[in-house]
Amino acid sequence: MTSTEDLKNVKIPPAKELIKEKDRLAPGHRLCAGCTAGTIARLATLVTDPDDVCIFHATGCLEVATTVYPYTAWRVPWFHNAFENVAATASGAEAAYRSMVKKGKLKKVPDIIAFAGDGGTYDIGLQSLSGALERGHDFVYICYTNGAYMNTGIQRSGGTPMYAATTTSPAGKVIPGKMEWRKDLVAIAAAHKVPYVATASPADHRDLMTKVRRALDVEGPAFILVDMPCPRGWRFDEKLSVKIAQQAIDTCYFPLYEIYDGREYVLSRKSKTIANKPEKKIPIEDYLKGQGRFRHLFRPEKRDDLIKLFQEAVDQEWEYLQKLVNME
Amino acid sequence: MMTKKTTKGKRVGMTGDEAVANAIAVVNPDVVAAYPITPQTIIVEHFSDFVHDGEVDTEFVCVESEHSAMSACVGASATGARVFTASASQGIALMYEILFIAAASRLPIVMAVANRALSGPINIHGELTDQTVCRDTGWISMFSESAQEAYDTSFLAFKIGETPEVSLPVMYGLDGFILTHALEGVYPLDRDFVKDFIPERQMVHPTIPGNPVSSGLLALPDYYTEVKYQQELAMEEAKKVIPKVFEEFGEKTGRHYSMVEEYKMEDADVAFVTMGALAGTTKHVVNKYRDQGKKVGMLKVKTYRPFPGEEIAKALKGVDAIGVIDRDLTFGSPGPALYTDIKTTLYDYKDRPQVFGYVAGIGGRDVLVEDYEYIYEQVLKNKGTEKSVPVEWIGLRK
Repeated sequence: MTSTEDLKNVKIPPAKELIKEKDRLAPGHRLCAGCTAGTIARLATLVTDPDDVCIFHATGCLEVATTVYPYTAWRVPWFHNAFENVAATASGAEAAYRSMVKKGKLKKVPDIIAFAGDGGTYDIGLQSLSGALERGHDFVYICYTNGAYMNTGIQRSGGTPMYAATTTSPAGKVIPGKMEWRKDLVAIAAAHKVPYVATASPADHRDLMTKVRRALDVEGPAFILVDMPCPRGWRFDEKLSVKIAQQAIDTCYFPLYEIYDGREYVLSRKSKTIANKPEKKIPIEDYLKGQGRFRHLFRPEKRDDLIKLFQEAVDQEWEYLQKLVNME
Repeated sequence: MMTKKTTKGKRVGMTGDEAVANAIAVVNPDVVAAYPITPQTIIVEHFSDFVHDGEVDTEFVCVESEHSAMSACVGASATGARVFTASASQGIALMYEILFIAAASRLPIVMAVANRALSGPINIHGELTDQTVCRDTGWISMFSESAQEAYDTSFLAFKIGETPEVSLPVMYGLDGFILTHALEGVYPLDRDFVKDFIPERQMVHPTIPGNPVSSGLLALPDYYTEVKYQQELAMEEAKKVIPKVFEEFGEKTGRHYSMVEEYKMEDADVAFVTMGALAGTTKHVVNKYRDQGKKVGMLKVKTYRPFPGEEIAKALKGVDAIGVIDRDLTFGSPGPALYTDIKTTLYDYKDRPQVFGYVAGIGGRDVLVEDYEYIYEQVLKNKGTEKSVPVEWIGLRK
């Protein structure tokens, strides 16, 4: 599939059919209660043919919690190499599959998904990702971002939100958490002019699954950044994971959109609604106050100054995104 | 080495790097993932010509770093593909992390190492340290004395590594510039030979569609020990397989290799022990001493891992003293790589020579015949001493 129009028309089966499918990621894995990494992995792999997909995985929460030897929760072919190199690992496998197709040993290159967290992507894995995107391998890179190195104990990453307290950017007496805005990883991926880049959220499961299917159907590399609320690292009640993901969309801190060919920006349903009806956009304060990682913005005294700066930054980003969307 | 000179085919002039690239083109692997670094560059350049001229079917992944080169090799090899890469020095250091994973995942990736000194100070010339520091990665590790040997080892490496009971990655070194860039006549092999010599790779659990196997799992204290022990068993297996592969290769090509090559050792009182291209000069020196009636011989260690300890001890039986010449470095340790392995090995043998260690030719410095003469004199001088003699750096300006 090559044309952007065709790609936009890619649909996934209705829920009543998908629900009959056996999960590619079996229950019984060791992810924390309320962890949305499992949700994301299940949703993403549900739109694949189990006989025509291979998963490659970076070291991280999802990896260690689903494959503790001698057990595995994966019902599809799965391979883990190291932390920072899943894009390169998948590149090599994709090249091998192409070679097999050439030699008649394989009918087609299978769907390839590379999973990695924000630490393994924003930071240590960025070079590997960039190389693979530039070389044009036909695979989908899904970065699930919980905005810190959760697997090693909540350390700051390039994807950590401003002011979030992590164990290496604690809320100190002088420095109130992380002082930098997160890296714009989506723009970095799009700058490679790859055919498909998107953001997604477990708060819109059909949107997430549709995007994964589009990413798989497109020829060449695709990148999806998925917001991944983490009850342990973000400090919230584990039953609220999806609600917090929804807030990230509604505040426009994590808008949902697609980028075709690195140029054409398209807002996804939930974010488009807010663009059309700006009164639906909720203040960032609502998002911040529900999470313990931002507690120091509210206690012992409320830091209106910092909350205001955060709001301004969100507004700026959101306005800029809309400009990109409206660009002819 | 060539104990019997082959007459098969016609000799073709090529540098060591070209020899490796030519050999790999004959092997025609499924995937090559590599990144350029001096003095390995000719290998990837020359191989790229084969790819772009359609002379091989290989998917060439021109990665953005050596770390990604080895990572891509791991991904490719995990599917059951035949995979090759080449690197040197800093490149090997950068891929170090993934070398362990390649071996632990039992992936028979083949890698040529254009042996080069490590930074700092930055230096592009020949030295074996880049490969000797990989001794604990779990890779089979071999060295070559000539471009012909590097050429032949390219085939041997695939055959050994892909032998199912071995299933280990193999690195093989050729001294930077001394072998990589020097022109030599090489007897080539062809695709019919490969078809006959290296059977199609059989992988038990490939990561391919429809085969729902998980590989690369987290093994905690309850299983880690057993998984690692299997790697040790694989190395033991390699020790049995390698001589058989060398023998078969010898029968088919007339070029005979062994884990330890003995050169004029039958009645030797004194011997030089070394690895890689230094063996060539050493043979010349041995010949010179033999002409003078001195009972001098040489041992060339071809397979550094698995280390052929028993074979070395056997070959050194009856020898009074040896000078181990290392073109590699370690710091604050009992001595350089080959020296410490040999000394450790010989401790278990009653009939053993005295062992003296010499570091020579590092950072590409020439090792001259006079240097050997000096080493020989030192070995004779120290022979019989009951004191510990420290390892000496040859040609060092103090």
